[in-house]
Amino acid sequence: MRLKSGLKNSHCICRPAETICVRPAGFLKMTRYLIKKLNAFALLLFLVSISVFSVLFVLPGDPAQIMLGINATPETLANLRRELGLDQPFWTQYLTWMANLLTGKGSRSLNYDMPVYDLILSCMAVTGPMALMAMIFAVIISLPLGIYAARHQNRPADVTVMFFTQLGLATPEFWLGILLILLLSVNLGWFAAGGFPGWRADFWGSLKALLLPAFALGVIRASILTRLTRSSMLEVLREDYVRTAWAKGLRERTVIYVHALRNALIPVLTIMGLQLGQLLAGAIIIENVYYLPGLGRLVFNAIGQRDLPVVRDVVLFMAVAVVVVNFIVDLTYATVDPRIRLE
Amino acid sequence: MKRFFGNLNFSVGFALSAVVIIAAGISLIWTPFDANKMSAVERLQGPSWSHPLGTDQYGRDTLSRVMTGAVNSIIVGLVTVAIGLSIGIVMGLAASYYGRFVDEAVMRFSDLLFGFPAVLTAILITSTLGPSMINAMLAIGIFYIPVFARLTRAVAITVYEREFITAARAGGVSELGIMWRHVLPNILSPLLIQGTIQFAVAILAEAGLSYLGLGTQPPAASWGRMLNEAQTFMSRAPWMAVFPGLAIAWAVLGINLLGDGLRDTLDPKMVRAR
Repeated sequence: MRLKSGLKNSHCICRPAETICVRPAGFLKMTRYLIKKLNAFALLLFLVSISVFSVLFVLPGDPAQIMLGINATPETLANLRRELGLDQPFWTQYLTWMANLLTGKGSRSLNYDMPVYDLILSCMAVTGPMALMAMIFAVIISLPLGIYAARHQNRPADVTVMFFTQLGLATPEFWLGILLILLLSVNLGWFAAGGFPGWRADFWGSLKALLLPAFALGVIRASILTRLTRSSMLEVLREDYVRTAWAKGLRERTVIYVHALRNALIPVLTIMGLQLGQLLAGAIIIENVYYLPGLGRLVFNAIGQRDLPVVRDVVLFMAVAVVVVNFIVDLTYATVDPRIRLE
Repeated sequence: MKRFFGNLNFSVGFALSAVVIIAAGISLIWTPFDANKMSAVERLQGPSWSHPLGTDQYGRDTLSRVMTGAVNSIIVGLVTVAIGLSIGIVMGLAASYYGRFVDEAVMRFSDLLFGFPAVLTAILITSTLGPSMINAMLAIGIFYIPVFARLTRAVAITVYEREFITAARAGGVSELGIMWRHVLPNILSPLLIQGTIQFAVAILAEAGLSYLGLGTQPPAASWGRMLNEAQTFMSRAPWMAVFPGLAIAWAVLGINLLGDGLRDTLDPKMVRAR
């Protein structure tokens, strides 16, 4: 009987008869890690959903009263409350909400009188591209600057870059947004000061409308990523294998971009993932600055109008987005860095 | 002290922060004008000798309001960090000492809070409890609890493994005594560094909430609220949008540099790693 171990690929190629395949240790560890993470992920999602529901359960404001107005009679109110299931106990309401979400039925907005799913989808058409554009800006700015600063450590160029990242960290993104409007919209007239025409109505106009808010969000995130890229590069550049690459007489470009950057990017990628999750959920203020009909503005207005189904579903959607992105980041990190799953 | 001021980050951060603290201190007893006094004839005036930072749409002096706003920001920073520190330290110490179930509960609680979009939840809390500075501080402070709890836990676990703890136990010191006299003093440096960072974050967060109208309420001056009001009059009075934002950036930059300086000085390992 022949044992086949140490396969390069994690999957097992089984052959008939005498060959017994032994999955590599890395594969088993990764599977175990994945199961452990999936359990924690499921638990966290449950806790998030129950927390969202509990917070909004105690939130003042009766949805039935909001729908019918202040002149509604107690009987009509009671009927509507029964119809909406608001007279049910906490757990029944929670389970109904969950069942509706899982079966795709979803909730209905009290103010817009349309499914919350549709509202989320239409708002994601603004928030999603804006978050992606912000991340693109952040990456374009931060990676070259971080690498440049690391290569010129403690020289004037490095100090200048670090100074600007400190400024970026200290600048509120909504203030940067306001300053951009002041400069590029009010003074130069290059951009609209706010609003969103809609992708179908005006594609380029919509893209242009997202440029300034995405830039404001991206610059602030770029400050964090630049510092991280720099410190991560500095750490990797001190590693033995990089010294070996230098000793082999490789060109600087090869050492930096082929050998060092790949490893230096691991922590940077992690933070990028986290930032993307935060951007999907936390662009509320910038969406208000630019009057963008995004997810943040939807939920902000819904809170003010006590449109509980919208608030509940959007908050859950945002929380799940953050948790899912964190989960993917964890998995990516474990795939790239085997030490994580060994711990 | 010489050790701290020998560090450039600390010195610059200290100088910038000192300006904010002094301005806030002076505003408690004197401001160039009454920060809330309206004057119809002085509406939307540009920077001048009498109003160095101009006036707003009600004719209120912007310099006086920026100075008064500094007091708000400092209070928000102090209170939110105090909320996070006081509860976070207790939770972190409990997790590191008891381990197992308590540790797991603290960590999952942290995961849960980290899973929520912070800005959104802060908005939810302030909307539920009513928009005010106190509720804004509460909303921000809640999110600091897991930050300090995790940090305390991580550092305390390493301290508990040190030999002087074993020696103290052998000497008959109670567990509470060990926690208070031996563990706590040894974890203060990282907590102080983290506290400065969170102080700066709190100023930014409160400014954001006030911008949305959920933090400090009018007529009290708040840098975020001033920026919100400025947006309406941006074409006629652009200075209104500049100075409050500059004040926020100044304060946060100062505190961030102070934090960096503290880390460089108190945590030599970080300096070697950088």
